[in-house]
Amino acid sequence: MIAYRSIVKKIILSVLLLTVVCFDKQVLAQDGKALFQQNCASCHAVGKDLTGPKLAGIEERVPDKKLLYAWIRNNQAVLATGNKYFTDLYNQWNKTAMNLFPNLTDEEIAAMITYVNTEAAKATAKPAPGDTSAATQAQQSDNSLLFGILTLILAIIVLVLMQVNSNLKRLSDEKDGIPSYEPVPFYRNKAYIALFAVILFIVGGYYTIQGAIGLGRSKDYQPEQPIYYSHKVHAGTNQINCLYCHGGAQEGKHANIPSLNTCMNCHMAINEYAGEKLYREDGTEVNGTEEIQKLYSYTGWDPDQKKYVNEPKPIEWVKIHNLPDHVYFNHAQHVNAGKVACQTCHGEVQEMGEVYQFTDLSMGWCVNCHRETKVQFTDNKFYSIYEKFHNDLKNGSMDSVTVESIGGTECQKCHY
Amino acid sequence: MEQKKYWQSFGELNNSEAHQKSAQDEFREELPFESFDAEGLGDAKTPRRDFLKYVGFSTAAAALAASCEMPVKKAIPFVNRPVDITPGIANYYATTYVSGGDAIPVVAKVRDGRPIKIEGNELSTWTKGGTSAQVQASVLDLYDTARLRFPMANGKEVSTLDAFDKMVGEAMASLGAAPLVLLTSTVNSPSSKQVITEFLAKYPGGRHVQYDAISYSGMLLANEASYGRRAIPSYNFDTAKVIVSLGADFLGTWLNPVEFARAYTKGRKIDEKNISMSKHYQFEGMLSMTGANADERFTHRPSETGAVAASILALLNGGSVSGVTGDKLKQGIAKVAKDLAANRGQALVVSGSNDVNVQVIVNAINEAIGANGTTINWGAPMQNKAGIDSEMATLVNEMNSGTIGAVLIYDVNPAYDYYDAAKFISGLKKVRVSVSFNEKMDETTELCKYILPSSHYLESWGDAEPKAGYISLMQPTISPLFKTRQWQDSLLKWSGNATTYADYHKNFWTTKLGSNETYLKAMQDGVIEPATAPAGGGGFNGGGVAAAVTSIASAKKGGKVEVVLYQKASIGDGRHANNPWLQEMPDPITRATWDNYVMMSPVKGKELFDIDLTNNTQADQYEAFPEKPVLKVKVGNNTEVELPVLLIPGMHPDTIAIAVGYGRSEKIGRAATGVGKNVFQFASFNGTTVINYADAAIEKTAAKYKVATTQTHSSYEGRHEVVKEITLDEFKKNPTKILDGRAKELEPWGGLENYEKDGTLYPVFDKPGIKWGMNIDMNSCYGCGACVVACTAENNVSVVGKPEVLRAHDMHWLRIDRYFAGNINDAESIQTVFQPMLCQHCDNAPCENVCPVAATNHSSEGLNQMTYNRCIGTRYCANNCPYKVRRFNWADYTGADSFGDNMDGAIGSNTVINMMNDDLTRMVLNPDVTVRSRGVIEKCSFCVQRLQEGKLEAKKAGRPLEDRDVKTACQQACSADAIVFGNVNNKNSAISKERADNKNRLFYVLEQIHVLPNVSYLAKVRNTDTLSVHAEHAAETHAAPAAGSKPEAAH
Repeated sequence: MIAYRSIVKKIILSVLLLTVVCFDKQVLAQDGKALFQQNCASCHAVGKDLTGPKLAGIEERVPDKKLLYAWIRNNQAVLATGNKYFTDLYNQWNKTAMNLFPNLTDEEIAAMITYVNTEAAKATAKPAPGDTSAATQAQQSDNSLLFGILTLILAIIVLVLMQVNSNLKRLSDEKDGIPSYEPVPFYRNKAYIALFAVILFIVGGYYTIQGAIGLGRSKDYQPEQPIYYSHKVHAGTNQINCLYCHGGAQEGKHANIPSLNTCMNCHMAINEYAGEKLYREDGTEVNGTEEIQKLYSYTGWDPDQKKYVNEPKPIEWVKIHNLPDHVYFNHAQHVNAGKVACQTCHGEVQEMGEVYQFTDLSMGWCVNCHRETKVQFTDNKFYSIYEKFHNDLKNGSMDSVTVESIGGTECQKCHY
Repeated sequence: MEQKKYWQSFGELNNSEAHQKSAQDEFREELPFESFDAEGLGDAKTPRRDFLKYVGFSTAAAALAASCEMPVKKAIPFVNRPVDITPGIANYYATTYVSGGDAIPVVAKVRDGRPIKIEGNELSTWTKGGTSAQVQASVLDLYDTARLRFPMANGKEVSTLDAFDKMVGEAMASLGAAPLVLLTSTVNSPSSKQVITEFLAKYPGGRHVQYDAISYSGMLLANEASYGRRAIPSYNFDTAKVIVSLGADFLGTWLNPVEFARAYTKGRKIDEKNISMSKHYQFEGMLSMTGANADERFTHRPSETGAVAASILALLNGGSVSGVTGDKLKQGIAKVAKDLAANRGQALVVSGSNDVNVQVIVNAINEAIGANGTTINWGAPMQNKAGIDSEMATLVNEMNSGTIGAVLIYDVNPAYDYYDAAKFISGLKKVRVSVSFNEKMDETTELCKYILPSSHYLESWGDAEPKAGYISLMQPTISPLFKTRQWQDSLLKWSGNATTYADYHKNFWTTKLGSNETYLKAMQDGVIEPATAPAGGGGFNGGGVAAAVTSIASAKKGGKVEVVLYQKASIGDGRHANNPWLQEMPDPITRATWDNYVMMSPVKGKELFDIDLTNNTQADQYEAFPEKPVLKVKVGNNTEVELPVLLIPGMHPDTIAIAVGYGRSEKIGRAATGVGKNVFQFASFNGTTVINYADAAIEKTAAKYKVATTQTHSSYEGRHEVVKEITLDEFKKNPTKILDGRAKELEPWGGLENYEKDGTLYPVFDKPGIKWGMNIDMNSCYGCGACVVACTAENNVSVVGKPEVLRAHDMHWLRIDRYFAGNINDAESIQTVFQPMLCQHCDNAPCENVCPVAATNHSSEGLNQMTYNRCIGTRYCANNCPYKVRRFNWADYTGADSFGDNMDGAIGSNTVINMMNDDLTRMVLNPDVTVRSRGVIEKCSFCVQRLQEGKLEAKKAGRPLEDRDVKTACQQACSADAIVFGNVNNKNSAISKERADNKNRLFYVLEQIHVLPNVSYLAKVRNTDTLSVHAEHAAETHAAPAAGSKPEAAH
């Protein structure tokens, strides 16, 4: 046994080491991807031209690493030196100015280029076959139906047994010579009728009240939109930050549906969809390229001439999340001050094709969250005025400050 | 000493039966119960079966309606979002409120492209962010449904502006030698003046006539005589220790009230460590708002103004009083002259008279007391009034003789407000080409052949220089809503200049300021001001004084009764008559809305109508019902007006006062329709200037007319003291008198220190973070009502219209209570106190305990919260509120309900409510505040939407809350800085300091009932020898009061 121990030790150690190495590498690659998405993706793609040129093979085109890095950081400075290659490139791309990234480190740029190279290599290999998600239609195990049937069967058995019991009683009474009355059928038996009425009242009342409370709530509301806009493709596959389009969520009351020029930042160049197949809820397939064409018809963009040719018209999206007029809700309060993730209220939007309402947006749901959510009490200096709570936190008589403890469930937090 | 008694109504003064009854009933209407007793239910109007049928039907209908599909709502984003607009976040643009020469630098709050609120521009050194009620209400005029929407010629719409230009161009080309006249209100915009000069250069013989509906030519001409300048100097009310006003309503309507009020109240603020304040004397015939704030007030006939001025001058020069009647007045003049002489170089005399002679004498007085160069500043003259009456008179004559070829009218309405409107109208008809740039189809515009409405100031470029050197720039905050064009654009076009006024304006200022950067900075700031405030005196020439004195002495004496015309702080000269916010704002003195009327002394009232206000029955008959006696007022031979009478103590017995600005044509809008009567024709022209008083023949009629006053709508049910006041002398001698009084009163319940804890059975609740508090300095508040309108605008407070105000259904969250003290039969003894009253946000609020559904409750920040969607309208809270600040929505005043015509029949025909429900007018609503629906209670929220926004800004920046983050609407509007608001838990906040620094004057209204208000007040200090005491021993009992004419503490 003892002999094995050292071998085991060694194995564990090497496995650990290996994991660390692998993990390390993975971090780098991930970093490259994230950085790319964050900084480059709105204008560049790996495999094709967007607002800027495609990046695959960038190292072959610009072998001078130093020059390339300098260009990425501050392209204006490189242009100022009069470098021929970049000047030509600049002119070729209609003198579209590239953003400046003075804060990128060499390591970060290297990571992004590594990511670009691996993606380019992947693209040259066989593209992955279509999606499998459609096949895996989850079997919804609906237990309630089963329970219902069971209850019904049991109830019938009980009734039958009761009937049998009364019959047997009648027989034994007859045997004992006790005179028997004509039996009352169960549907005219007052006890049964009373029982039935009470049950009907309780069950009916329960559902009526539930229904009444639910009036005007629209959880799972998923209207068909004028354009099949897939959050899954944008926020999921392409990792576009929510705030890139819904920037208002940082600043004010409304998260805002992006204006069409925001869409066109990318879609001037991306005019076809070549990703995984898209399906509507009813299973019909969506042609992504056609949906992009719809955007063009709204904006009046002609992808061939690469310019706007028609008068633009706004898109009438169907509003999904509706709050009553007497409720004041401010996105900035939650996203910016409260640091609440979008998904907390909107669900895993990056997994949704067309968006549906994830929560019921009821007052109970709001209040519940306010009761449970902890405030960024020490991080945000706004809360420094709550001296009493800070003392309580220090001496341990309070373990955390929830939204409720600073008045988050009071009426005029939301109603005024 | 007897307790000083303050009263809001005569009923309260006498403790009459009607007053007692109204004090018992919060809501004056009977509940609509039907009597079942005799007939039984079956015979009731709504029998049981019908009732059940209706219940069944409505339940089924509601269920059916509710279970229908949810409506599909659309969300439509911008196609191309402008860089500086984030939906849901307000932008603020500096611009300028202009109205007939008056100009106030303001900041417009623009929310999602719509201007919804006007604030003062704090960068202006002379307003420091102060505003007036008219400024606050001006945003509603933008959305006025009665604005002209397209150019018109000969009563028909002209399809395009180009076509209109062509028509006018041809018409003006055909004039030949007949001169063209540009008739405007005072223009002090530098760029517009240049536009006018260039325009007139194209039309030889053309001239520019400026006309002010309320004329200041008397001052302009007098100053020309005395100082050689046809201008009006600036007045430094802040440095004056003694202020004497001869009928000038400088806090309300005279010249430049926003600036004067700021300066005046600065001189009236009390520093407890070094107690001093200015002394204000007022001489006048009627009781004006400014007079109501005076420390000492003397009344005289309007025709005696000259004699009063001459007597003061005579006394200063060692002479004697002459030409005035009444001992009190004579004593007053002597006292004032003595005080003025003692405060040489620190005193100021102003006069509201438009008589050149009076103003010349006033100039001589100011020279004698060393005001010229100290309290009178010729370094930066006022430029907001420049009209000369004789020029206008000449023009009217020329128009009538048919020599004028064309008149271009902008922002004036002489067909309504000229003293001889008929003559102007007949003249206008003889002018070949008449063009109006007015925004509305007013009395003058409807007589013009060509009409090209100018844009509202919030849609316009521009500038103004109301004081020389102090420029305020104007920029559009919204695209023109209608097919309108700025008048400057038209002038440019018609003078053959192809540049638009926007470019012209930019070039003008870029050239003046040097560069595009300085231009942009100036546009952003909104104001351009001299680095050091220019100051200095004017060269005085006393040559004309003797002649003026002689002419005053020989002036015709007034008749038995004199009528004086005045402006209300809300309506002014009538150009804002179609603004429902202003119409519904109660007048500071009479507390009446929606009308003009005759203000009359109770002495005269007794004489004429036999109404003895000291007699319970008669006082009740006069006061408890809205029907007021109607008086026929006749001036001269052919002008006669019948108006209701309001008896106002403090009026000179032989003077009656009527407000101008009413009786507008119904074409200017639904709010102005049928409101009041026009009395501009009572003015007269004395050959030099227009005089605003006249001898009147009065005659009582049998008619009655309903006047909607809010005075008696709320009552403290006999509790006192609601206001506290002290004289300056006493405050100096015994600074802690008020504090001691409070301590004594609270002694049985723990004293000042432990009152909160010991005075109640309830536990004391923590306010761990923020605790909001407000302080109102009653020594600064002068009652103008800017806060009332600001509150209305900020909080979507409903306009209810006259029929509803008559039923005490007014909705203002903030009211300014007016209290009188003194003997109603002695005008000089009347002292007035203004007290803004709003929800006190009591920490131990009586309203909260009685709400059956917890719709009103307390927040941990000390707010008394009102949750509209929870309220079921029992009104218990309003009944239990000791301050009577809760308001009930008797109808769907602002169209909050889903069903369009969900309004009571009576209210449905109320045109003003329909006007406020128009889609256009509703654009003014603040989207951050719920529009309340029918059947719920509402009240002041301390502008909770602003508090939440301020807190969020601080949270986003990760810093503690600061004073600048939160300002309530009333606080921001106040040009007197009477209101301080903030976090009381922060010892360094402005509110904490204000309370700590003024603890000797601090008090809470009805503190003894332990409701623990979060609004504190600072007692009023009156710079006088005695406070008027009304000797009414039986005040709090049911016993019949004494005749009420007991001697008063004399002045």
